[in-house]
Amino acid sequence: MMTQLILFNIANGLIIGAFYALMAIGLSLIMSLSDVINFAHGGFLAVGAYIAYTLSPYIGFWGGLVVAPVLTALLGLIVEKFLISRVYGRDPLYSLLLTFGLAFILEDGTRMIWGAQSVPYAVPNWLMSPLSSQYFFLTGYRLLMIALVAIAVGGLFWVMNKTRLGLRIRAGTLDLETVSVLGVNVRVLRNLNFGIGIYLAGLAGVLAAGQLGLQPTIGASLIMPSFVAIIIGGLGSLLGTLLGGLLIGVASALTSVFVPSGTEAVMYVMMALVLLVRPQGLLGEEGRF
Amino acid sequence: MSGFDLRKQVPNVVVWLLLLTMPLWMNAVGGYTQLGTQVVVMGLAAMSLNFLLGYTGVLSFGHAAYFGLGAYGVGMTIRYLVPSTGIGMLVGTGVGALAAAIIGPMIVRLRGVYFAMVTIAFAQVFYFVAFRWNHVTGGDDGLTNWTREPINFGFATLHIEQDPVTFYYFVLAIFAVAVAVMALLLQSPFGRTLIAIRENERRTRFLGINVNFHIWASWLISCTFMALSGTLYALLNNFVDPRALYWTQSGVFVIMCVLGGMRSFWGPLVGAAIYVVLQDYLSSATPNWMSFIGLVFVVAVLFFPRGVLGIFRRKSVE
Repeated sequence: MMTQLILFNIANGLIIGAFYALMAIGLSLIMSLSDVINFAHGGFLAVGAYIAYTLSPYIGFWGGLVVAPVLTALLGLIVEKFLISRVYGRDPLYSLLLTFGLAFILEDGTRMIWGAQSVPYAVPNWLMSPLSSQYFFLTGYRLLMIALVAIAVGGLFWVMNKTRLGLRIRAGTLDLETVSVLGVNVRVLRNLNFGIGIYLAGLAGVLAAGQLGLQPTIGASLIMPSFVAIIIGGLGSLLGTLLGGLLIGVASALTSVFVPSGTEAVMYVMMALVLLVRPQGLLGEEGRF
Repeated sequence: MSGFDLRKQVPNVVVWLLLLTMPLWMNAVGGYTQLGTQVVVMGLAAMSLNFLLGYTGVLSFGHAAYFGLGAYGVGMTIRYLVPSTGIGMLVGTGVGALAAAIIGPMIVRLRGVYFAMVTIAFAQVFYFVAFRWNHVTGGDDGLTNWTREPINFGFATLHIEQDPVTFYYFVLAIFAVAVAVMALLLQSPFGRTLIAIRENERRTRFLGINVNFHIWASWLISCTFMALSGTLYALLNNFVDPRALYWTQSGVFVIMCVLGGMRSFWGPLVGAAIYVVLQDYLSSATPNWMSFIGLVFVVAVLFFPRGVLGIFRRKSVE
């Protein structure tokens, strides 16, 4: 029974950790290239989830899963183009405050449009039933989530390592000025990079809506652990961020079995330890920050 | 130091005249005394943050934690230990300073947005403690069943518990001492070193100055005064809840500094006044006050990056 309980919590932890990781990878992409902490990331996540909720009666669950993150990314491209790009090159303080204000507007906006109460997000029934009676926590939906997160992260790694866009983004995080001098349109690069980050947030939003329930604060509760995931994994390392997200997800799920009141605290303790022993993060490069 | 310049004293005189006479005109312009007290408390908080943000150039986004520690410190001392406002304030300020002193060494090596992210993440720890430890802190409902106590000096007793005007002047007296200490520190060689770090960290390092130690000291001073203002905030409301520690509150302190102007000593006080009055008005006028506050952030960043006092200063230079 105990093994089952622990397995159950590890599975839960991996799922929640996958959300943290999806969000954290997007945040980390934007932070590395544009030096912007996107506080509005949680707001975009919520918008993605609500778009899927609104569209799925017409285009179905699968349609929503495909379309909603794309629409969220489009919104992200617009916001970046008209607001965030205007504070590049200024003290990072201003971009922080700008995205902070956007976070307020997005959260209040979703509340205005869709209401403060939690709304049910319909997932096909056959996906929600357990696959086996002994491992009741393994539903099709959870496997689907894990698979989609794996595909999204794998796809991102492919883009970053095998395509010209990824090469330019990686080069830009190291020395944006040189990349610009070499003839790359940095404005477009940052815009696309922001869009990729928001796409991941939107995808996380749609998946989270089916698992955690949908209310306007859904993003706000995921953003802080995402910061912790970045710090633990190491800023600039996408693999590290992925690892950090999964690690804190599993750690807090396991802590909830033994010390329920320490569920949230454990990830911050881990963060403090990492900062003391290895300030650049588990897989981060030394000397970048 | 330059000689005594009478014109440079004009802002100081104006600010102090307004603060000292506040209870006389506040009701006439449609406010109430507690609103004025809130401006002074939030003003002290914003000025404390600006010691680090504006004068040392270090971007902290987690100052609400120390504000909240001060607030919970005074509330819990009065409720559980001794019914004394003075001891409560000492405990609250001390707890905030202690936490800052311990966390400081872990973060002084970091810079820029990374510093901001780590401070905000650390601040969440205290939020979750206040939220989860509910049989002591009251959890989400906040810490209630305590009130500020009259202060006995031996020869006289100051009755701050009922009359809002008496309490206002009590808060103003603390504010005056705190602000004077910060002003003196900023004019000392220590303060000049902080400004040097802000202007050019590398050059300051080459002069043989221990930059990380100075940032730690500035962080500690800033957080200590933050905790002090937190104790006043709790005393004002006779209540604390975890929202005083939440990360959005940290952002609110930063926007106060920016709204008023980070490069001037009184700027954060002006920013706090604007923010407190605006929020007081908006939260009673519209259920969507959050959107408007968000809009204030966006507009301030895009159009008034130097703050209200920055606009005046630029005009006077032209």
